[in-house]
Amino acid sequence: MVEAAQVPKTGEVNVLVGKVNEILQDAIGAPLRYIVNWGRLYSLWPVHLETACCSVEVGAASGSRFDAERFGVLEAFGSLRQCDLIIVMGTVTRKLAPRLKLIYDQMPEPKWVIAMGACSITGGLYFDSYNVLRGIDDIIPVDVYVPGCPPRAESLIQGVALLQDKIRHSTSLRGT
Amino acid sequence: MQPADSEKNAGMNAGQKRAVAKTPPVTPAPSVIEVGPSVPTKGPAPAPPDTSRTFDLADEIAGRFPSAKIDYVRPRRVKVTVPPDKIKVVALYIRDVLGFDHLNVVGGTDYIQQKEFEVIYFVGSISRPGQQDLVIQLAERVEREDSPKVPSLTDVWGAAEYHERETFEMLGIVFEGHPDLRRLLLPEDWNDIPPLRKDYVSPGR
Amino acid sequence: MSTAFEYSPDADRIMSVSLGPQHPGAGHFRIRLWLDGDLVVKADPDPGYVHRGEEKMSEYRNYIQNVPHLERPVILDSSGILFAYSLAVDQLMGNKIPPRAEYLRVIMAELNRIISHEYYLGILGLFVGQTTMITWCMGDRDLFIDLGARIAGARVTFAYIIPGGVRNDMPEGLQVQAFETLDWFDKRMDEYEKIFFKNPLWEERSKGVGVLSREDAIKLGATGTVLRASGVAHDIRKAEPYGAYPEFDFAVASLKEGDCWARGYVALQEMRESVKILRQAFKNIPPGPVRLKLGPQPRVPAGEVYARTEAAHGEMSYFIVSDGSPKPYRLKLGVPSFKNMRVIPHLLKGIHIADIPPVYWGLNYWPVEADH
Repeated sequence: MVEAAQVPKTGEVNVLVGKVNEILQDAIGAPLRYIVNWGRLYSLWPVHLETACCSVEVGAASGSRFDAERFGVLEAFGSLRQCDLIIVMGTVTRKLAPRLKLIYDQMPEPKWVIAMGACSITGGLYFDSYNVLRGIDDIIPVDVYVPGCPPRAESLIQGVALLQDKIRHSTSLRGT
Repeated sequence: MQPADSEKNAGMNAGQKRAVAKTPPVTPAPSVIEVGPSVPTKGPAPAPPDTSRTFDLADEIAGRFPSAKIDYVRPRRVKVTVPPDKIKVVALYIRDVLGFDHLNVVGGTDYIQQKEFEVIYFVGSISRPGQQDLVIQLAERVEREDSPKVPSLTDVWGAAEYHERETFEMLGIVFEGHPDLRRLLLPEDWNDIPPLRKDYVSPGR
Repeated sequence: MSTAFEYSPDADRIMSVSLGPQHPGAGHFRIRLWLDGDLVVKADPDPGYVHRGEEKMSEYRNYIQNVPHLERPVILDSSGILFAYSLAVDQLMGNKIPPRAEYLRVIMAELNRIISHEYYLGILGLFVGQTTMITWCMGDRDLFIDLGARIAGARVTFAYIIPGGVRNDMPEGLQVQAFETLDWFDKRMDEYEKIFFKNPLWEERSKGVGVLSREDAIKLGATGTVLRASGVAHDIRKAEPYGAYPEFDFAVASLKEGDCWARGYVALQEMRESVKILRQAFKNIPPGPVRLKLGPQPRVPAGEVYARTEAAHGEMSYFIVSDGSPKPYRLKLGVPSFKNMRVIPHLLKGIHIADIPPVYWGLNYWPVEADH
């Protein structure tokens, strides 16, 4: 948002335009941002990137008992160009790491990342393995960390709720 | 004993304790649910298995191949070590004459102090009755060097193909005659020594 | 594909496509496919995307510390993989397991078999587009996870069967909940059969598809439901009985056809047999201690052992070499999915693309386990 103090002092028309800009941004910008964020946070579609053990809990979370779909998290089995959330469930190995970066790059903006499970946060139980990345935040930026080994399905849904909170208060239209 | 399944067992003899499930009626050709091998489905706990069958196996192998060394004979396991150039002949004998046709797994071990690698083929038997619980461990030892060579047993047991690939990449043992010897599980850019060797130290330790 | 092929008129007809590693239908596993129109010419599995180096890691941990990470390859069936490990270590140490612990091991192993088969059948339905199967199976699976969680404490990572027995006793009054669940589940399995296995759509898509003959199944080293659906009634629980299995009355389900329908139906029959075993176990469990006092760093005498059990996915085998120290010298995991992996290129050759999901998932292949 442009501050009123940055308006150059060359002419009152500019001042008028600046003030109108402020009024418009307060009148339209804030509700527009609210609507855009509301739309985004209630329709987070995750990329289907199954990994190791945590994917079983994501499967349970999408199942009929925990039902993540009521929060909008729908496992859309389409292409990843239509997804805006990537839940990195479980261990990321050195063989998968370049592919993970490729998948992240292929997703369109806005996109968010949830690091689920101890393995994707710090390497977890596999800290001394020769083939495991010690945390994914070296290669992609992470928004929410959900600890656990594996986290219970309710923890994952709480992580999604935290992400929804973050989106609700995001101030830029790009979403990040 | 099984009240809830009584509708499935209805119409069967009371003395027959084996449960046979219904087949769906839509299938034109009748398919039968077979029951397992001819062991009683329930009874007193079996007596501790004796070593007579495995000693017979060991005697047969040792009698036929003088260069084979019997390492140990246990109630259900026989371990035979053969020199690598004889392993194919012994493997064919085990498969065709003794009837051990189901390869379970192939494991390699690095005995760094004795400067040897050991490759063991664990073979079970399915087709021949009476030996389904026995496993022959066919072992061979090679010198510990950068790329020791042993013959591949892919044309004896087709299942050996992927197991030998894994042993190749984990220990560096080259299986000659393998149709497609390349890496299986490790990343494509792995440029260190094979990880299951004892002189490879994991980076986290 | 040789260089001579590259300049032949047919060269551009064959298209190479990668199925995975990010694919709703493949999990963490890649199959390189060469396609001629709609037919698969050649398939080459490319595993290793979840290769976490379990065998090397187990050489740095002692026998009790190995339990949590050894159950993770096949977390769906964590008791199945730990049962084989505990059998191997107990044989090395010469432990005599108390009878109540043996019964509890069987209870957890069969609960995990049902849990794993439910996941398998649910995803099998999902892959051919029947979402009823996945919602039903995932929901029913949670009932059995509840039973397991009441016994072991965690939802999927039970870590319950350890060398020396089991970790703790089951709570009092669990039999009540168990029998309620099992009674309800019997009727539920009949419903599965009605909506899925007798469904003409599934029969069209799976009968006669991906046929694995008996000779090929034995030659290629297949295990588990894949082997039993091809006419080989081989189950380690009957062939080489271990634990308390000789005391239970159950059958081995097997079919002759060897197609996708048979593999799914064998899994359903195995669930029925597991329910029978669970009923007997819960009814007849003897009292007594459940764990031998081994201490935090049990010393295992030098030697080697090869033990195998029937996990949900097939035959799980362990080869452990011990040199007398508290840590294993060599631990070789023989996981059933790795053994079944050789069947994948054999079955995928010559089928249509639309048949790949039922054939591939029908093999009960869990990529994480195959990569250990």
